[in-house]
Amino acid sequence: MRPGAATVGAVHGAALLLSLAGLGATLWYGVAEPGNALAFGSLVALGELARWGASPDEREPAPLAAAGALAYALLGTSGGTATTHGVLQIVAVVVAAGLAGIVPHIARGRGPGRDHLARRVLTVGFAALCFQPLYNSGALVEHLGQSPPYALFLLLLLVLTALCDAVLAALLLRARTGFPYGPLLRDELRALLGIGSAVCATGSVMALGVAAAGLWALPVLAVPLLLTQVSFRRYAAVRTVNRQTIASLARATEIAGCTPPGHARRVAALSAAVGRELGLSGAELTVLEHAALMHDIGQLSLVDPVAGGATALLPSGEQRRIALLGGEVVRRTGVPEAVALVVERQADPYREQPLPARIVRAVNAYDDLAGGDGPVAALDALERLRLATARDYHPDVVECLARVLARGGAAGVTSAPTG
Amino acid sequence: MGVKVIPRAARVYIGCALLGAGACALPALRPGAAIPWSTVALLAALYALCELPARCRLLGRGLGGSVPMGTGSFFPVLLAAALLLPPSAAALTALPGSLLARVDEPPAAPRRAWRAAATALAVWAAAHAAGALDSAEALGHGPDVPDFPYALLPAGAAALTFCLVLTALDGGIRAAADGLPPRAAWCGLLGRALAPHTVHGLAGLMMAVLWRSAYGPVSALFVLLPMYISCWVFAQYHRERAAHQATIRALVQAVDIKDRYTRGHSERVGHASVLIARELGMPEDRLDVVRFAGILHDVGKLGVPTRVLRKDGPLTPEERRIIELHPEYGHEMVRGIGFLGDARAAILHHHERMDGSGYPYGLHGDEIPEFARVVAVADAFDAMTSTRSYSRARPVPTAVAELERCAGTHFDPRMVAALVSALHRHGWQPAVTADTADDPAPSAEHVPPPREPLPVQPKEHA
Repeated sequence: MRPGAATVGAVHGAALLLSLAGLGATLWYGVAEPGNALAFGSLVALGELARWGASPDEREPAPLAAAGALAYALLGTSGGTATTHGVLQIVAVVVAAGLAGIVPHIARGRGPGRDHLARRVLTVGFAALCFQPLYNSGALVEHLGQSPPYALFLLLLLVLTALCDAVLAALLLRARTGFPYGPLLRDELRALLGIGSAVCATGSVMALGVAAAGLWALPVLAVPLLLTQVSFRRYAAVRTVNRQTIASLARATEIAGCTPPGHARRVAALSAAVGRELGLSGAELTVLEHAALMHDIGQLSLVDPVAGGATALLPSGEQRRIALLGGEVVRRTGVPEAVALVVERQADPYREQPLPARIVRAVNAYDDLAGGDGPVAALDALERLRLATARDYHPDVVECLARVLARGGAAGVTSAPTG
Repeated sequence: MGVKVIPRAARVYIGCALLGAGACALPALRPGAAIPWSTVALLAALYALCELPARCRLLGRGLGGSVPMGTGSFFPVLLAAALLLPPSAAALTALPGSLLARVDEPPAAPRRAWRAAATALAVWAAAHAAGALDSAEALGHGPDVPDFPYALLPAGAAALTFCLVLTALDGGIRAAADGLPPRAAWCGLLGRALAPHTVHGLAGLMMAVLWRSAYGPVSALFVLLPMYISCWVFAQYHRERAAHQATIRALVQAVDIKDRYTRGHSERVGHASVLIARELGMPEDRLDVVRFAGILHDVGKLGVPTRVLRKDGPLTPEERRIIELHPEYGHEMVRGIGFLGDARAAILHHHERMDGSGYPYGLHGDEIPEFARVVAVADAFDAMTSTRSYSRARPVPTAVAELERCAGTHFDPRMVAALVSALHRHGWQPAVTADTADDPAPSAEHVPPPREPLPVQPKEHA
């Protein structure tokens, strides 16, 4: 069993338990204010339906559903009259509507991941638990009234909910990948500024809008959020295209016979894993990944290809020349300057290098030396990197690489001594 | 756009708009007018705050189809003002934002003045439309619940009026400043603007309702956050798009590193391919694909050893065979780039000939994808009209005659005819070749590479 399996199991189990409790209680006691439940339920179902075309790694593929679910969790008054629905009913409605909305997607084999569903249930439960008992007991209206502080209180709750969601997401990711928790959480928190904040704002504005204007506020507010979703989609699509183009550029060296097949991709994946382990996140990781993909591009300028494409075996002067040529090409591509810098500096002695260049250097050398020839070659390659830590490879990076490999972070190695 | 010196007609037009805007706003400044000044000030400040950073980020990027979304993302504030305030006061709220926001092109002062006047007039008209439909009662007040399906009516009327007035005024300034005929100036403006304004209208309505509700103006601000985010995302989108075009260019430049004599060739083939495709009446989105096909058609040369590409002297059959692999290499490289679509097939088949004597597959006639036939003609045309180290540039008429001679056997006659009529219409700037200028020792490539369409060269294989 993988070490993270217990965490994943606990999160999924909690979500399942909460859903079952909600559905059971709602079936047993009946639905309070069925009109509201139906309206919000339809919104959530529609929002889930509207996730077509979402790429699997999108952060929030169904923002409308998320916003609708949060709004229902924070719904106190509806068109001036107080509501009485409780936490369990909210969970039940969100779960039932969500399931109804994703059935067509599952039928086409493109359903959302279980992590995503579990997170949705738990965060909605969290928001409802923070709000409904306070509201239903009357304490909230007594202290804040139906006034601006009430609106701010809703916003505060949503911020808390978003934080809770980020913590949960980072926890699940850590359990699945084994990367350190800090950078993952930082990534998640940074992502909140994007679609996360739009979801939160729309959730609170829906709750307030329904409080002030009744259920008509829902369709009126859903339209602007759909617009936001569309523009996020387009943005995501262009990002995908950029990644694909950079990957193609990276494959150019393979097709030209300069490097062995899959080299650029392997170096990129392994560099990203090492970078994460060393605490890089967000934009820094992207720079590292792109630089790793394109690190061999300078070889295109050579009149004769290097034997086997393994630059790590060349004299250092030649390595640096190829690196400089590569930096020149990358500089023209319009990817951030930082990427070109990493490509350019990849062959320098590690003391003069920035961290991403150190990573690319070590990982590239590892892949060149190991050549994907099974565990013996891999161990041998690591040993040779360790022997060259005086000048060429940063000792910490090499040890980190060994740790990542030991964990099975890349193919070829199942275990390696850590020192 | 790009008017550096403003024509007289446009000056007069802007002057009239300013006078009109002044006349609209004047009643608010009269003593005794019952104006809720705090609301006016709040909304005006809000609009100015929203527009400032957004415009700084957005402009300077593509105008084009993005205008309605790009420059008007915060119209909900103005529409909320139109619903909440009397017309003259609503017109005032538009002024600070429009005056402060950045201008992308000189001259700045008249552009700012024009924008302020047009926006103020549009808000004023929208407020009148809303007022005529009793928006004030429909919005509710404090604990009173707004009158909901009815409230959609004044909001819709306000948004529609705002949109109509703004597009009419914009069309007018385009006609006056750029000297376009009025029909061309208005053409398409309204269709593009309607959908975004409907969304703005809905957001504006919600802002107005919340502003009036017991939760106060603070809650109305929440409506703006999703709008602001979608605006930000939109700016990101443009940045990434620019980066992506640069990446495509980088692929081309990587080819240039290996094969210097083709410098500029890829871009010109892309241009010529678009000329042909436009002549054939292809829709706009297909034109992009054709352009990519033209630009990237030789990307597979990256896979050909540099020594072979730059070889001095005749190619051996073996070397020729290696060069003829480049369409397949190219296809293999761009296979993973989803948005290229049919351009990928064009890259694979741009050396096929109509009589089946081309490569790599020896396809005949209609078996060859349409884009590949377009690119083949464009490629041959540019190869003939630009100076290469092994041959001088031919004049355009000679090249055209050569293309027409080979139409039917090598090239699709339809594509050749399209190119000819496009050349008549738009002309052609043959390559001002920098190929040899910065390349002191040009590799004397006297063997035309396989792209050279002329039947001078013996066929190696069928």
